[in-house]
Amino acid sequence: MAIDWQLGTVTSTRDETPTVRSFTLALPTWSGHRAGQHVDLRLTAEDGYSVERSYSIASEPERSGELDITVERIEGGEVSPFLHEIVVPGDRLELRGPIGGYFVWEAALGGPLLLIAGGSGVVPLMAMARHRARSGMSIPTRLLFSSRTFDEIIYREELDRLAATGDGFGVTHTLTRQQPDGWTGLTRRIDEAMLADALEPLGSATRAYACGPTALVEVVANGLVRLGLPPDRIRTERFGPTGT
Amino acid sequence: MDEQATTLAERVAEMRDDPALDLVLDANALGGMLAGLFGDDVTGSPGQCAHCHTVSMVGTMRAYTRGPGMVVRCPACAQVVLRVVQTPTATYVDASGVSWIRIAR
Amino acid sequence: MTDRFVTRGFVGRRDQGAGGDGLSGDERRRRTPPGQYLTDGFPVLSAGPTPRTPLDRWSLRVDGLVTEPLEWTWQDFLALPAREYVVDISCVTKWTHLDMRWKGVSVDTLLEGVQLDPRAAFVIAYSDGGYTTNLPLGDVLNNQAFVAYEYDGQPLAPEHGGPARLVVPARYFWKSAKWIRGLRIQDRDEPGFWESLGYNNRGDQWLEERYSGD
Repeated sequence: MAIDWQLGTVTSTRDETPTVRSFTLALPTWSGHRAGQHVDLRLTAEDGYSVERSYSIASEPERSGELDITVERIEGGEVSPFLHEIVVPGDRLELRGPIGGYFVWEAALGGPLLLIAGGSGVVPLMAMARHRARSGMSIPTRLLFSSRTFDEIIYREELDRLAATGDGFGVTHTLTRQQPDGWTGLTRRIDEAMLADALEPLGSATRAYACGPTALVEVVANGLVRLGLPPDRIRTERFGPTGT
Repeated sequence: MDEQATTLAERVAEMRDDPALDLVLDANALGGMLAGLFGDDVTGSPGQCAHCHTVSMVGTMRAYTRGPGMVVRCPACAQVVLRVVQTPTATYVDASGVSWIRIAR
Repeated sequence: MTDRFVTRGFVGRRDQGAGGDGLSGDERRRRTPPGQYLTDGFPVLSAGPTPRTPLDRWSLRVDGLVTEPLEWTWQDFLALPAREYVVDISCVTKWTHLDMRWKGVSVDTLLEGVQLDPRAAFVIAYSDGGYTTNLPLGDVLNNQAFVAYEYDGQPLAPEHGGPARLVVPARYFWKSAKWIRGLRIQDRDEPGFWESLGYNNRGDQWLEERYSGD
C-alpha cells in the first residue's frame, strides 16, 4: 500500500528546550506506527514551491489518532524556523507515513536495549523508551545521551522520571560543550570506553539503536562491533549534520 | 568477525576524514519517496547490489540527497545502486545497480 | 498539483538577497539567469563519497580520438600556464554565485599538445568516483572552459572537487566535473551521469536548459 499524503492538525505544542519544540498532530486516518519510524512533512507555498523534511515520531504507538514530532530550530534553516515561528495550534500540516522498516523496536523483540543518542537523535529513541514504559515489560535499558549543555537536554525531566521508576531504565548523560556548576557527570564525546561501560551490565544479547549526526553514529557502530556486538543487533540512523 | 571489524574500522576512519561526511544519510530518510516508486515502504526490505552482490536492507544503503538528483550506494562497496531524478514533469529512475529487492506482501 | 494543499504562512527561502556585493540591483538582476537566486555561499552537493586520490598518484589525461594521448602528473599540471578566472556560476539546483574567483589551466592549453582526429566532435570529462559529463568540443574551446585547482586564492578543497575540477561557466555547474581525471575526445556524444537521467544534454543556463526536453 502506497503511503499517501494526509493532513494533520496541530493540537498543541510544547517547548522541550529553548530551541526544541514538540508538536502534537491529530490525524483522522492514521494506521498507527512503530517506535523508530518517521513521517515526511511537506510545506507548500502559494505559488506551488514546496519542500519536504523527515521527522522521527516522538510519541509511542500506544497513543492512537495522534502523534508527536520534535523539531530542533536550526538557524538559517528553511523549515524549522517556519515551524517554530509561524505554526500554531489549529494549523494543518501535510504529512505522510509512517516510514521505516529498519530502525524500529517493539517490546515484543525484547532486550536488553542500548540506546545511543546525539542531540535531536534522541527523538526516535524516546518513542522507543515511551513504548517500553507502556509495555510494562521491565526490559533492561540504558540510554547513552550526548548533548551540548544541560539546558539543551531534550526531554530531560521526562527521562529523569523514567529513570526513577526503578523498572530497569537508566540514563547516562554526557555534556560536551558546557557543564553546570557541580556537574559530576561525563563531559566528553561518546567513545568506545563509554560504550563498553554502558554495554557491560547489559550483556552480549543487547540490541543497540544509535541515532544522531553521521560522525557520532559511525563512531558508535564501529565501537560496538569492536566490543563484540553482532552487527545485526546494531541499528543506526544518520541524521546528517543536524537535520534541517 | 575480526575481518569485518577491521574493514568497518577502516571505512569509519576514511569517512571521518571526509569533509562531506554529513551529506550522507541512510536511505531510510528517502523512505517516503521510495515508497512512491515501489508501491510500499522498502526501507526494511533486503536488496542485492548488482556490483558486489552484497545483500543489505534498503534502509541501510547510503543516500546522497543534495544535488541534481538522489543517489543511493551500496553500504559495502559504495557503488551506485539506485539513482532518482525528479523534474517538474517526470521522475527518472535508474535501478540498474540493484539485482533485486524483496518486498514482503 | 492543482489542488495541492497550501501551508498557511509558508513562503520558503528562495531569494536570500545575498550575493553580488557592490553591484547595483539592476546589474545583479541582469546577471542572474532565469529561475535562479543569488547566493554568496558555495553549497556542497554530492553524488557520493569524496574521492581522495593522493597527489603522487594523480594524473590528468587527454585521450580518445587523438593521435597520442597526453598525461600530466600533478607537478606537470602545475607547471602549465595558468591564469585567474572570475566568473559567474549557476547550479541547476537554482543557486547562482557571481564573481567566483578561480585559478586554472585553460582546456585550450591542455589540447594544444594533442592532435585531434578530424572526426573529433565531443568531450567526455571523467572523474574519480565514476562521474562523467559530456560537452560538444565547441563548448570547451576558445577559453570557455578550464581545469581549476584554486578557488578564492586557496587550493581547491576536496569537497568542492579538489585537487582539480573542470569549470564551464556558461553551463549549469553539473557540467563542471569535480575530481576530474581526464578528457576523452569522441566522435559520438555520450550522455553523462546526469544527462542520462533526465537532465538536459546541453545545460545552457541562459536558455534554462535544465531537463531533457527543455
